[in-house]
Amino acid sequence: MKRWLSGFLVLLAGAAGAADFDYGLKAQRVADGVHAFIGKTEDFTPANGGNIVNTGFIVAPGGIIVIDSGPSRRYGEQMRRAIAAVDQRPLVLVINTHHHPDHFLGNQAFAGVPLAALPGTIKGIGEEGNAFAENLFRLTGDWMQGTEVVVPGQALRAGHQETAGRRLRLLALAGHTEADLAIYDETSGVLFTGDLGFFERAPTTPHADVGRWLAALDALEAITREPGFRAIVPGHGPVARDAAPLRQTRAWLNWLQMALRRSAEEGLDMNETMARAIPAEFAVLPLSASEYRRSVGHLFPGVEQEILEPAR
Amino acid sequence: MNLMTGIAAVLLAVLATVRPALAGQDEVDPLASPRWADMRYLFPEGATLRFDPRVRVLAPAVAENPLQVPLTVDASELGPVSEVLVFADFNPIVEVMRFFPEAAPAWLGFRIKLQQSTPVRAAARTADGVWHVGGTWVTTVGGGCTVPSAKAGSPDWQARLNQVSGRQWNRGAQADRIRLRIEHPMDTGLVAGIPAFHLDQVELLDAAGQRLMRLQLHEPVSENPVFTLRRGAVAGPVEVRGYDNNGNAFHARIAP
Repeated sequence: MKRWLSGFLVLLAGAAGAADFDYGLKAQRVADGVHAFIGKTEDFTPANGGNIVNTGFIVAPGGIIVIDSGPSRRYGEQMRRAIAAVDQRPLVLVINTHHHPDHFLGNQAFAGVPLAALPGTIKGIGEEGNAFAENLFRLTGDWMQGTEVVVPGQALRAGHQETAGRRLRLLALAGHTEADLAIYDETSGVLFTGDLGFFERAPTTPHADVGRWLAALDALEAITREPGFRAIVPGHGPVARDAAPLRQTRAWLNWLQMALRRSAEEGLDMNETMARAIPAEFAVLPLSASEYRRSVGHLFPGVEQEILEPAR
Repeated sequence: MNLMTGIAAVLLAVLATVRPALAGQDEVDPLASPRWADMRYLFPEGATLRFDPRVRVLAPAVAENPLQVPLTVDASELGPVSEVLVFADFNPIVEVMRFFPEAAPAWLGFRIKLQQSTPVRAAARTADGVWHVGGTWVTTVGGGCTVPSAKAGSPDWQARLNQVSGRQWNRGAQADRIRLRIEHPMDTGLVAGIPAFHLDQVELLDAAGQRLMRLQLHEPVSENPVFTLRRGAVAGPVEVRGYDNNGNAFHARIAP
């Protein structure tokens, strides 16, 4: 009886934990009318349900602008409720900064609100969205239940845009992916970098072009020198009041590129390159070891090709 | 399993007098693979197999990109090796490649496609006919064998087919190393409408015609294969030649 009872209690506890699927989203105020939901600096797991990403929203006079929709339908729904708890205005626009799954798989929850992204992001979500969603099902499990890909219908262009009475500066950049949108809210001085900026968490590189990424970081850092600049909301990691996320991301990418080139120059193969030690400065970043190995897999084939000479 | 244990028992009885230090090593698969019993059919009937830690297969424990899983096979500690068979228990195409070291040591780095998590193994045959088996588990996302090659999206791959690039190292820690890359889609034939199309034979020779190594490749070797090998005592330029399963031949020279 005792055994049966404890078994039942274990079952009950498990069911309760699994049944509520609560991401615990709490809006963090970044500036006047600008809020962010800061995810964990972890990899995707069944425990975090994919809440490893930052999303946010801007309260404009005529309504609310949402920046990224999170990793699942449930996240999007909970985000929508958490936004309503801060401000009751209607949602006027949802923007996806790039085509990685933790940034757009909550789109379903914003039915009826225009969804917008750069043309390259729209293309990427259309082509790879389903494969990404399947992969997140595999990595996080039932948190993803009912999640389906919704491709944004509105293409964004670089430049100034007046949305619901708020002046946004859209920067069409690239390097983390083929199309990375950064959004600078000129009213508050808050810069949403998307995944061009990682902070206190090693950057991910599955679609990276390091050279273009470094150039994008320069463009973003120029904004932090403008008089009105107040804060950065990076794609992953805590909010910063200075350019630290950009500098940290740049330092990691510079080191990564140099380490891969040096390995290729020395004649090492991919396994030997993966086995190399990470300098202490970078080893302290969460997920540095796993992201370094993943990056070797993504980037080393291109780097080694540069040092092999045509044979005739 | 019974058959294997039987063979093992007979074998041990024979070997006990000759090489007692190896006794007992061929009884249990150190990777505990449910498919190990089937893997025996890769070898000639009656072949002697022995798990041997001197055959090292280096691979990441978790391979995120199933299309490019790096392997480094090192059987050089065994001394002269005539053939190394590389295979993956749970791959739809189990046999990855064979390489036949001659002037070069039994050491090779390359990349493979995996369809799911699997043991990846190398079996090195020594002059006495014994196959020494080493390996490691690789956990992967999967789909590596049923995804079209990148050439499907690249219009000019035919112009570059079988082009070789490479380099030799003469200084530093990797002073006897050769690395080469051959452009080839390496299609597995497991994607609907895309027939198997892969490199078949590749060999490397020195200027005097002495063969360093011959490779017999199968579908699971990654697209645009990159090989890393050690040239041993060989010096000077190295000739690379070979052909794919459609008979497209190539040959190129890697400067010293």
